[in-house]
Amino acid sequence: MSSEAQAVHAHPAPTGFIRKYIFSLDHKVIGIQYYFLALVAVFVGMGLSLFMRIHLVWPEANLPWFGHIKPEQYLTLLTMHGTIMVFFVLTTAPQSGFGNYFLPIQIGAPDMAFPTLNMLSFWTTFVSFMVMLAAFFVEGGAPLAGWTNYVTLSAIPSAGPGLGLGEDLWIISIAIFCVASMMGALNFITTTLDLRARGMSLFRMPLTCWAWFVTAMLGLLAFGVLLAGGILLLLDRNLGTSFFVPGGLNVNGSLTFPPGGLNPGGHAITHTGGSPLLWQHLFWFFGHPEVYIAILPGMGVASQLLSTFSRKPIFGYRAMVYAILAIGILGFLVWGHHMFMSGMSPYSAFAFSIMTMAIGVPSAIKTFNWLGTLWGGRIRFQTPMLFAIGFVSLFVSGGLSGPFLAQPVLDIPLHDTAFVVAHFHLIMGVAAIFGIFAGTYYWFPKMFGRMMNETLGKIHFFVTLAGAYAVFMPMHYLGMAGQPRRYSQFTEVHYLLHLIPLNRFISIAAFITIAVQFIFVFNLFWSMKKGKKAALNPWEATTLEWTVPSPPPHDNFGGVTPVVNHGPYEYSVPGAAKDYIMQTDPATVAAAH
Amino acid sequence: MATTLSPVVVDEPKIGGRGPTVVPPPRDGGWGDGRPDDHRDRLRRYRIGMFFALAAVVMLFVSFTSAYIVRQGVGTWSDASARYVTDWQPITLPPILWINTIILLASSFTVAMARRALARKLKASPRHGASPVTAPGLIADNQRSIPWLGITFVLGAGFLVGQLLAWGQMRHLGIFVGTNPSSSFFYVLTGTHGIHLLGGILALAYVGVTSLLRKPLVTRFLVVDVTALYWHFMDFLWIYIFALLHFAR
Repeated sequence: MSSEAQAVHAHPAPTGFIRKYIFSLDHKVIGIQYYFLALVAVFVGMGLSLFMRIHLVWPEANLPWFGHIKPEQYLTLLTMHGTIMVFFVLTTAPQSGFGNYFLPIQIGAPDMAFPTLNMLSFWTTFVSFMVMLAAFFVEGGAPLAGWTNYVTLSAIPSAGPGLGLGEDLWIISIAIFCVASMMGALNFITTTLDLRARGMSLFRMPLTCWAWFVTAMLGLLAFGVLLAGGILLLLDRNLGTSFFVPGGLNVNGSLTFPPGGLNPGGHAITHTGGSPLLWQHLFWFFGHPEVYIAILPGMGVASQLLSTFSRKPIFGYRAMVYAILAIGILGFLVWGHHMFMSGMSPYSAFAFSIMTMAIGVPSAIKTFNWLGTLWGGRIRFQTPMLFAIGFVSLFVSGGLSGPFLAQPVLDIPLHDTAFVVAHFHLIMGVAAIFGIFAGTYYWFPKMFGRMMNETLGKIHFFVTLAGAYAVFMPMHYLGMAGQPRRYSQFTEVHYLLHLIPLNRFISIAAFITIAVQFIFVFNLFWSMKKGKKAALNPWEATTLEWTVPSPPPHDNFGGVTPVVNHGPYEYSVPGAAKDYIMQTDPATVAAAH
Repeated sequence: MATTLSPVVVDEPKIGGRGPTVVPPPRDGGWGDGRPDDHRDRLRRYRIGMFFALAAVVMLFVSFTSAYIVRQGVGTWSDASARYVTDWQPITLPPILWINTIILLASSFTVAMARRALARKLKASPRHGASPVTAPGLIADNQRSIPWLGITFVLGAGFLVGQLLAWGQMRHLGIFVGTNPSSSFFYVLTGTHGIHLLGGILALAYVGVTSLLRKPLVTRFLVVDVTALYWHFMDFLWIYIFALLHFAR
């Protein structure tokens, strides 16, 4: 039947350098572009955290570029660290990077649904990143209002350094990022719904695809809300509207006043009647789904890898799918738990608290199913698997502090302390990063045709895991001992003096963890050139990407649409010749299905 | 049991779709891929894409609406009257908005006609006419037909000009974007809607250019079809915004 097959393409394979590597329509090239954008961003973000950790422990240190870090510079560091990490690393790499590369291949499509839109999404994201970085170099420097960009600090240019042009650039960059993410999301959704190969029913999709699909839904519905907030904030800052800024604020000696109002001295800032809480609501209605945008793809990768390397079907496939959907839906109903301290009605807080703790149910289902997958498996402890197990470990460690913070009665003393920093770094930061690492070690052979070095990978894993715990576990204690977040210096505060040795320990652990990331980067680039040649299916996995050459040809399947006969996790099927059945194997391979 | 269809070779040039593909006989499975990637498949794909794009637009305007309601209800403590007062002053909308509304409604009608006309033409074209009876040339071509797309383009542009006139009238009365939260929302909502409609107008212009470049009819129809969907939605959205500004003053 396929004898007439000719190699044909979604769009003709490009020949020129620019169309092939720069403005490429190929989802694989775009995926790699996103990945490397995130790689650059993560090093920028990590560098900023390095400065912060040095300053916290050795405030007198004379640092390159900064000299002695002033408090407002410290705020700039944490603002840009958070922004770059959340948007340009955690949102970009696992979803746009790996999702772009592997969603079409895993569902058997030759490309994304709208390749030109896909290219546009990447380059819009790139512009957004450039605008964000430009904020460092304008007069006044980068903004200092935090990645949450709370009004009124962010709304009034005279409130501090970096709140002039730097802040405007921040908002514009994020607005561009919103548009890019929505374009990407609608591409992912359409691709998943419409381009699946024959036989690839929704419940035969690998859990990675489910995760990317639900993440795209969240992105599509959440980023528009942030965009609306950004537009209104830009108008408040530049055109004198008062959506968010109330009257009567004292900003560096000037009061905000209604137009024509009394103004005793100083220049008038004409604002009146706005609601700073309105910004918080708009921000967190986006911000909480954003947390799941960062972590869901990691959950998908972990599920995929735990099953593959345990040589067992994923435990409770359907339960996993429903759990992803439940997390996605509940993620939209809990934004108020970021605002317990805003003076909201205790009844609202109660409702948000209950909803938040309800997310523990699907999260626990996922965790139990991961453990159930591992149970009794013939586990292969290769680097990708180690990172997947590390993901589960960090997800549990970070997740367990969630129910504490979800209750107003506990959140009120703990909020804005290092406890919160520990919580979200473990669950959203490091766990998601482990998902990215797992994906990198797992898919590298497919993306570049060579294996990454196992020894370096294992060194990278064990030091990073120990480092992540050494950095963030003690922060729980710091938080409970009363160390606030966002404060630039503790060495002058009496009741925090006894915490300095622990802070020093954290800083040193952070330096080691950062240093070991260079081993990863070395391994990444060295293996591209010198790594061992990869077999077609080095991990003996079942999904569609392992049926095509490494790296896959321009249209993925050589012009022939694959036919899917099996689910994605048919490992150790009784009676089968091998211990795994590819999704494209003939239906008669085993009695299963 | 598999049906007995033999492989079908589709060799239509595509935008964003796939080139000629050898397709094995159909089976049950995914939402429907695996059939020839023909015009209808691409149309479905574009419509799904547009549907979700509109969902994102809905979220933008839902956010503006919730901000509108919240901002309208926010009270500021007044020492003078010893209670919470609102600074929200209702605005009187310029009457020209009614004319603009009629223009936009008319354009929705014309874009629907444009889509129909193109669909008829497509059906009559040799490639996509299912029936061999409708040979090319038997159906009257577009020489006599009304240029619905052009009319839609003009009406859309007319609506935008009308909106700018409305802005001008407001400014003439001394009501600017920062004058009062009500006027802020007036400018934000009309402006954001106008930018979105401008996108639709640019899509129509793109169709005009592809028509001059003699791109395949299928390509033009795809763009017109989803643009019509978008256009109707912008029409509906405008009525919603107008009603919000009018009734929730």
